[in-house]
Amino acid sequence: MSHEIAMRCEDVCKSFQGNTILDELSISVEKGELLAIIGPSGVGKTTLLKIMNGLICPDKGEVRLMDDRLRFDDEADLGARRKMALLSQEPYPLSKTVWENVAYPLHLRDEDDIEERVEDALEHVSLMDMAERNAGTLSSGELQRMAFARATVFEPEVLLLDEFTAHLDPYNISVLEDAVEWYVDEKDTAVVFVTHNLFQAERIAHTTAFLFDGQIIEKGTTEEVFEEAEDERTDAFVNGEMVF
Amino acid sequence: MTAEIIHITLLSIFVSISATLLASAMAVPLGTIMGLHKFRGKEIIRTITYTLYGFPPVVAGLIIYLMLSREGPLGSLNLLFTPTAMILAQMVLVFPIVTGLTMSSVSDVAKDVKETAMTLGADRWQTAKTVLNEARVGVISAVMVGFGRAIAEVGAVIMVGGNIRWHTRVLTTAIVLETRRGNFQYALILGGILLSVALIVFFVLKRYQDKGVRT
Repeated sequence: MSHEIAMRCEDVCKSFQGNTILDELSISVEKGELLAIIGPSGVGKTTLLKIMNGLICPDKGEVRLMDDRLRFDDEADLGARRKMALLSQEPYPLSKTVWENVAYPLHLRDEDDIEERVEDALEHVSLMDMAERNAGTLSSGELQRMAFARATVFEPEVLLLDEFTAHLDPYNISVLEDAVEWYVDEKDTAVVFVTHNLFQAERIAHTTAFLFDGQIIEKGTTEEVFEEAEDERTDAFVNGEMVF
Repeated sequence: MTAEIIHITLLSIFVSISATLLASAMAVPLGTIMGLHKFRGKEIIRTITYTLYGFPPVVAGLIIYLMLSREGPLGSLNLLFTPTAMILAQMVLVFPIVTGLTMSSVSDVAKDVKETAMTLGADRWQTAKTVLNEARVGVISAVMVGFGRAIAEVGAVIMVGGNIRWHTRVLTTAIVLETRRGNFQYALILGGILLSVALIVFFVLKRYQDKGVRT
């Protein structure tokens, strides 16, 4: 890790129909850091990722990607959005081949070496043999692997993953986790993933943050959070107990 | 007679394809914008558009007739009883159908595709093109339905075209005329040609529907 902040959220607030989801939440992630955000269902983990990606505008607070402050305007943030990628739990396959799906972000940016880069991205998720298949015919595991290749082919500086292995079988989970770990090490990218799977967080995350009651209750190295949590709510959650 | 049938058939194809293409050139972008964005009054526009699916052709013909007649606002253009007038009348009928069906097709995929395109770095224009490409099956179906409405139209084109031999007579108006004259065999031949034309155009559009557009 280079200890250079890649993304920072400061005092972010968000409410939906009067329900406060995020309440002056602050968090940052460094280049080369693999950060897991854990917390009970409905606590706002996906909302936080979408705010980080500029898809949802916070009611208050700010999000910075490196030195750029997001303005939450599609066109104004285009430069910043092109440095980030968000992989959702249920990615949408464009009605093209696997190859064309992965090449899509490169075409958007008019980039060179498309063939070489797509091939490289597909190899890291073991999908080269399916390159010419229609993406709509892939299984959920293959689709998620293709979506990972599509989200990383343009080498974003911040990669946001929302429950990226939910409902997948052990083989696909293993391929994706390996790909994420390789990607962080190789590209020095900041990766933030939200997960319900505490084993996964413990297995691959460098750092873990516990989101509860609209705020980050605790953030530390994964070992600290799981073994020596300072907050009793964090300790209860990582030990599988109900948190109030 | 063969030369006249060829003229009638070619004029029918020219008028209906022109009307469909011109109406679609405005309706597809409008339907895409309406399907992609939320704005005040959208529901009212949607309801009006759907209502206009059933726009009576004779009313469309009457409106175009009044506009193009000598005393009308466009009377000086001398377009009444010309193929151009027939194209205008068919456009009025095709436009709401293509707009409404495009809007529905785009709305169906808009949320997922828009989010996917944006998270991968698409700008506003690239996002719209991607959404349109994903909705292409529905959009081209909309154009097919619009063409079907145009090629089958008779009431409005008789009013503004006048069914003038070698000038504005098309397949539908010729079928009406020959039926009135009792020339049922000739009318049936024209009907067969009309169906064949529709079949060929739908076949071409279906091929395009399967191929999609570049994003």
